[in-house]
Amino acid sequence: MDVSVSMTVNGVEHSHAVEPRTLLVHYLRDTLGLTGTNIGCDTSQCGACTVHIDGDAAKSCTVLAVQADGCAVTTIEGIGNGSLHPMQQAFWDEHGLQCGYCTPGMIMASIDLLNRNADPSRAEIRHGLEGNICRCTGYQNIVNAVASAAKEMAGADA
Amino acid sequence: MSKRFIGQSVKRFEDPRFIKGQGRYVANIDMPGMTYMAILRSPYAHAKINNIDTSAAEAMDGVVGVLTGQDLVDGGCGPLPCGWNVPDIKVPTRLAMTTDKARHVGDSIAAVVAETPYIAADALEAIVVDYEILDASVNARNTTEDSAVQIHDDVPNNISYTWALGDQDGTKAALEAADHVIELDLINQRLIPNAMEPRAAVAQWDATRGDMTLWTTSQNPHPIRLLLSAFTLGIPEHKLRVISPDVGGGFGSKIFHYPEEIIVPFAARAFNRPVKWVATRSESFMTDSQGRDHVTNCKLGVNNDGTFTSLYVSTWSDQGAYISTFAPLIPTAFYICLLSGLYKIPNIWGEMWGTLTNTVPVDAYRGAGRPEASYLVERLVNEAARQLNMDAIEIRRKNFIAEDEFPYQTPVALAYDSGNYSGLFDKLESLSGYSDLKTMQAEARANGKLIGIGVCGCIEASGPAPSKVAGALGSAVGFWESSKMRVHPSGKVSLYTGSHSHGQGHETAFAQIVADELGIPMADVEIIHGDTGEIPFGMGTYGSRSASVGGSAIVKSAEKVRAKMMKIAAHQLEAAEEDMVFDRDEGGVYVKGSPDKRLSFFELSLGAYTAHNLPDDMEPGMEETSFYDPANFTYPNSAHIAVVEIDANTGEVDLQGYYAVDDVGNVINPMLVEGQIVGGIAQGIGQALYENGVYSDDGALLSGSFMDYAMPKAMHFPAIHVDRQETPSPHNPLGVKGAGEMGTIASTVATANAVMDALAPLGIGHLEMPLTASKIHSAIAAHAGQL
Repeated sequence: MDVSVSMTVNGVEHSHAVEPRTLLVHYLRDTLGLTGTNIGCDTSQCGACTVHIDGDAAKSCTVLAVQADGCAVTTIEGIGNGSLHPMQQAFWDEHGLQCGYCTPGMIMASIDLLNRNADPSRAEIRHGLEGNICRCTGYQNIVNAVASAAKEMAGADA
Repeated sequence: MSKRFIGQSVKRFEDPRFIKGQGRYVANIDMPGMTYMAILRSPYAHAKINNIDTSAAEAMDGVVGVLTGQDLVDGGCGPLPCGWNVPDIKVPTRLAMTTDKARHVGDSIAAVVAETPYIAADALEAIVVDYEILDASVNARNTTEDSAVQIHDDVPNNISYTWALGDQDGTKAALEAADHVIELDLINQRLIPNAMEPRAAVAQWDATRGDMTLWTTSQNPHPIRLLLSAFTLGIPEHKLRVISPDVGGGFGSKIFHYPEEIIVPFAARAFNRPVKWVATRSESFMTDSQGRDHVTNCKLGVNNDGTFTSLYVSTWSDQGAYISTFAPLIPTAFYICLLSGLYKIPNIWGEMWGTLTNTVPVDAYRGAGRPEASYLVERLVNEAARQLNMDAIEIRRKNFIAEDEFPYQTPVALAYDSGNYSGLFDKLESLSGYSDLKTMQAEARANGKLIGIGVCGCIEASGPAPSKVAGALGSAVGFWESSKMRVHPSGKVSLYTGSHSHGQGHETAFAQIVADELGIPMADVEIIHGDTGEIPFGMGTYGSRSASVGGSAIVKSAEKVRAKMMKIAAHQLEAAEEDMVFDRDEGGVYVKGSPDKRLSFFELSLGAYTAHNLPDDMEPGMEETSFYDPANFTYPNSAHIAVVEIDANTGEVDLQGYYAVDDVGNVINPMLVEGQIVGGIAQGIGQALYENGVYSDDGALLSGSFMDYAMPKAMHFPAIHVDRQETPSPHNPLGVKGAGEMGTIASTVATANAVMDALAPLGIGHLEMPLTASKIHSAIAAHAGQL
């Protein structure tokens, strides 16, 4: 039997009746049509599906939609306010992506990383992204992008 | 030639959609009436199928229908063909869904189509299969023994084919005459490609027109359409459109024709509904063609002065349960033909057995045969240096093909086009601070630390391939590439390429080529790829071929456009055609010596379409198509050093430094090339230290998820330092060589050599990859026990 779920996604309130077993990532992609959040595995390892729930990064394949009831969810489509978020810009500038599939999750995880530690060392960036797998880049330019975004965002705050 | 964009690190045109979450991946395609497919996979590696009962599944609410292999056979589907037929190969029958036996874990048994993905998954549980479990065979070499279970009735001893090249007697004699013979038994372990986007397919059937559209995660949609039309599905080529939109990584695994590309459109037609199938990662592990898996014995003959005299290689190459599309190419022409490495080795013999086991089929995976060749050659060379007490770079320099010896004919068929290997190693010594590294290592060793410096120098044959050569080697297809250059009346350009980008950045790099060739802004160029409905034909992207073959096809079309524009200009400016100069900086054509007397690119484009004032014998329009067949492979080469420290107490490898100098010829976009090299290096290090596709003796895939298969993470890598040398390829118009695979080919053996070098003072010989902490710790402990 379906259950009702309500949440704010990228600032817009949504209410739907869903199967109780519906994963948050399926709710976002299939019910709301927000296909920017990709699915890369079924064991919560790869991080392609990373979104923010009430401001914290979460793997949306590991959360039931009903668990996000009443929460504020942000996906890749919801950052940047119409222009590019500094993290998106940094991934572009630093060639931090190739096939692009891990990129939305990687960007969401990276923003969360800087929220927790605004001035991370390269080693801290590398460890901070251990929940996100990229097969293309060898991570080097992703690390460069996060470091560059950290600088940019620190400058914007100052 | 003017180069305004080629050679520049132009930022990627494709990135805005990816960083905004607007990628056009197959799984994102939706349409009214969509249904969802789930596929029942065999849980057993080898089992006779006595019965499949789908009745309970079919009766479930929301189930549209269930298909079995027999339904597909009855509906006219044929077996998946092999696209590379070496002499006397026995290609066992491979159906999209098996009807008689399951032959590997993951073999497809039945497909459910339902109104939602969740119902489809539930319905799989309701299918009852009567399996009769059989013994399994999982080892590339042991599977040929009489005691091994027979996997296909028509492939005796599970040997699908054998292949050999070189001078066997001469090599044997040279080995006997050599001062030293270095011998290694090596395993190049099974790898699982794991592109981050799982495979997916969507099919839409237009019943009234009889048109099928298939969206599939392929690196080469045209060959997939051809195979579907001619062999497996039977919908004629002109009624079948195959689209591969944004594809989230391939690394070879998305070259091949897969069963789902048959089952999904078959179901769309059978049920007259659009059908979507998206693999779970678990399905990817057990159905994407896997990589490597060689068991090898190899011997290098070396004289006292370090000169190589001979190389003898015997390999058992595990092909898995079926022969995948290009599987026989990989351990033959892409492996044995590469055994000469960067060296003059007068006598070479390579022989291999392509064997079948109850495992997932094996085919090309980034590097594809060439990493396996480099691994054994460069392991042998390092072992020779160690035994002869020579420096690892010194022994290589002694044997290099010299810069003035190109083109160089190896004893294993290939003729290398160009190179400067000693220059490459000069750069590597400088980039890595090699002499300082050696000093540091000596001091650290004196303090009891296990520091290793791993050197390698590797060759690749990339840019497949001259079609005649490919045909002679067994290919069922040609390996040219096409481009169609459509200059619109307003002077904007749509370029349709048969290459396919799944991360490479063609939309940027190819636009750089077009803009330079035509003297127009990059913003005036759009690159279109991945759609058989738009592109004449294309062989796709693999084997590091897109720049050298696909890029050259673009140059050829541009030459035709320029020639036509110069004819129009000569006619309209009333000057001799030979006095026309095409302006590659500003676009347009002017009269030699009178740059003011000119027609702009826009004027010439528009003029071609108004056709008011064209030469009498000229057709209107400005659209040119070219098919470029390469004259040779290109031969990228590389010199890499990995530096490791091993913790003697835990066996853990700390990769402390990585230095790479690659020669990929001329470079179109340095940022993209560096991205390819660094990404490739990381992937190769994954093989050396972490990744391992493991099957139990009964054929269960033990490394069947990211929990069990160690994908490299950001924290596993140090900064990777790269430099390059540019020795242009002499036989393609851009002077480029392949850039996509060199990093992977070199980094596996560089890292393995570093670990072996670190362990050498302990007297530990060869260890097999992946070089995990537990394996190294056991070796250290065992060695200590012997003392």
